[in-house]
Amino acid sequence: MASIALHDTAVLHDQDHGHHKETFITKYIFSQDHKMIAKQFLITGIIMAVIAMFLSVLFRLQLAWPDKSFPILETFLGKWAEGGRIRPEFYLALVTIHGTMMVFFVLTAGLSGTFSNLLIPLQIGARDMASPFINMLSYWFFFTACMIMMGSFFTQTGPASAGWTVYPPLSALPKAIPGSGIGMTLWLISMILFVASSLMGALNYISTVLNMRTKGMDMWKMPLTIWAFFLTAILGVLSFPVLVAGVVLLIFDRSFGTSFYLSDIVIAGQVLPNQGGSPILWQHLFWFLGHPEVYIVIMPALGITSEVIATNSRKPIFGYHAMVYSLIGITVLSFIVWGHHMFITGMNPFLGGVFMITTLIIAVPSAVKTFNYLATLWRGNLRFTPAMLFAIGLVSFFISGGLTGIFLGNAALDINLHDTYFVVAHFHLVMGSAAIFGMLCGVYHWFPKMFGRMMDEKLGYLHFWLTFIGAYLVFFPMHFMGLDGVPRRYYAFTEFEFMKEWLTVNVFITWAAIIAALAQVAFLWNFFYSIFYGKKATQNPWHSNTLEWTTAVKHIHGNWPGDIPTVYRWPYDYSKPGHAEDFIPQTTPFSETMSSNLPHDFEGNPEAEYIQEEWIKSHASELQTEEKV
Amino acid sequence: MVQTSADQDRINLRARKFLMWLFIISSFMLFAGLTSGFIVYTAGSVERGLKILLPQAFMYSTAVIIISSVTMHLAYLSGKRLQFNKQKLYLTLTILLGILFFIIQLSTWRWFIAHGVYFVNYNASQSFLYIFTGAHLLHVFAGLIMLIYALLGLRKNIPQVRNLFRLEVTSIFWHFIDILWIYLYVFLLLNQ
Repeated sequence: MASIALHDTAVLHDQDHGHHKETFITKYIFSQDHKMIAKQFLITGIIMAVIAMFLSVLFRLQLAWPDKSFPILETFLGKWAEGGRIRPEFYLALVTIHGTMMVFFVLTAGLSGTFSNLLIPLQIGARDMASPFINMLSYWFFFTACMIMMGSFFTQTGPASAGWTVYPPLSALPKAIPGSGIGMTLWLISMILFVASSLMGALNYISTVLNMRTKGMDMWKMPLTIWAFFLTAILGVLSFPVLVAGVVLLIFDRSFGTSFYLSDIVIAGQVLPNQGGSPILWQHLFWFLGHPEVYIVIMPALGITSEVIATNSRKPIFGYHAMVYSLIGITVLSFIVWGHHMFITGMNPFLGGVFMITTLIIAVPSAVKTFNYLATLWRGNLRFTPAMLFAIGLVSFFISGGLTGIFLGNAALDINLHDTYFVVAHFHLVMGSAAIFGMLCGVYHWFPKMFGRMMDEKLGYLHFWLTFIGAYLVFFPMHFMGLDGVPRRYYAFTEFEFMKEWLTVNVFITWAAIIAALAQVAFLWNFFYSIFYGKKATQNPWHSNTLEWTTAVKHIHGNWPGDIPTVYRWPYDYSKPGHAEDFIPQTTPFSETMSSNLPHDFEGNPEAEYIQEEWIKSHASELQTEEKV
Repeated sequence: MVQTSADQDRINLRARKFLMWLFIISSFMLFAGLTSGFIVYTAGSVERGLKILLPQAFMYSTAVIIISSVTMHLAYLSGKRLQFNKQKLYLTLTILLGILFFIIQLSTWRWFIAHGVYFVNYNASQSFLYIFTGAHLLHVFAGLIMLIYALLGLRKNIPQVRNLFRLEVTSIFWHFIDILWIYLYVFLLLNQ
């Protein structure tokens, strides 16, 4: 049904292409074309990433040189850095907004928004999303959310400062700390807009994947990117509304005097009227989203990596079905592990044990994915493009960060490690760095598809090595700080005797962070320069199998000028024995590849098997001579 | 791109109807989150809990919204059978019943206040009453707008495909609101 309907539109489409009139506004600003929306998400995401990275450099300066004055900071930050030293309140705002922006704006919207929008219609063979209008709204809600979050920097009391998890009572009492005032209100408004944006995006992604695949594209012929985006969207649809539920209650506590989260609070000697609330309730509601959220961040990166590693190893992805099932496993499990963020809330030890077991089980699908990446690389015909390097970088971070997850998932260990730098090191490696590398990998790989030009490889290598080494130098030492009990989010370590010895390590980390941050200039230059002056791309620069490379380099609305191509095979026929080239696009029918077809390619179709057998019999002599040669 | 939307609509109706189902799932998760929050909160201490009997008015509003679901379905059937006058009648009826439901729900808030069940409350289980009914009323409000939109389409004599699409999407959502209220009511009855 779907395919018939789609072909009808192809005809409709061609007819009214003649009187299309695109103005600057409909083409570049309020665009409903998924490719343009993807670019909007990407560029907004990159800008947010640069800002969030800059914030991290600011608080790293404070951590490394807590007693030193940097007059230049006062020039730019004014009263927040009086005397050239960042004030404690502003330090808290910096870590809060750094976390919020990175997790939500960069790694959720920037990653899913960009690549789901770009690749879902292109790789499943659809002309656009189910509802292009809602898709456009999704971007503009996201953009508004970004602007409001940035706007909180320009308020008198500064941005939200309760940490990215905004636990009450800090977030629920406007008078608690300066950042709990207008900054927190703006944070909540921004997040509601953001949730609306990601829901609109996710609904579109799911509906498009389920309803608008081209002829022949059954679910098991979809590239792993699409599987990952699809399951990520499902996670979003099921978990983001619960955050809304929590936020609604928080807003009522803040502004209407209810007591959902508040009880027994004294501020400056004054007893507050709020009674009977439970701050743990927020933690439940928050982490029911919060934990799936980390998979919303990492799964698209894993999908992108699967595609890039297979393409650049010139080998089929190892264990395609296992890859899909492990994604499904992660999706399901991610909903029943949130309690591992709450081991120290006085949780019943039995319940803690349950959450511990479910958490550790997630290691299984994660390990399946890791081993499948390694097995795909094993004896592959590797091409080290910048995208491939970043994909391998993701695998590296996923392993080194994932291992510490096993430590933290243990309730007994977590009680010691909770809120220390060990946690910071863990999630920055497994979620932060890994997902950023997945995103960069996707940018390098699909840049030719987005902009019709190539990025510079040499700058890409420079960018990769500096970032890769920099990230490890930043986050690896943090494990040892955490094991020693150094807590996260503290303003300065000079006040505690046992932490003083870590000051030199902090200096080292800060220098590594500054160098890694400077390395991003190589990327930014490469990205923006190549949009306009890069080498012109060919239609299929990586010799890839998936559908997006069958479209013309120049973008047209509707993606394919004539009919949408039909799909005949899975996307990973790389280096198939018997075929002349080392890749066979999904649009190549088996009748054109008689020399390489295998019995299981026909999915039990007896007629096709018979034809193939006959062909092999009639070509037996040729095949033998070929073998002799 | 805006120009082709009319054409795109025609093909995408199925995919777009599916968007409504997905929205319902996310909306259901919102209420699942709220009701789970209620359970977690209430289980925390014996001093918490509804501690009142629900007002009679909830019975009436439940009856009203169930009837409105029936009229909604009748409107859908008449639209399908090209009986547009009937469709108009049943849609109007549904809208009126929806408004009646809205009013009854608001009247229960007054009843709550009269019985000392305030929104600002040390026993937040009682505050949850307002959250549940309020969040549900927001959905009813959205449903009413969709109903009016479907009625306006009929006025403007839009093509039958579009008319039926609006009707279907509206009725899916309206039945969801109905079921959602029954869920909330039963949930509250079990906890009173």
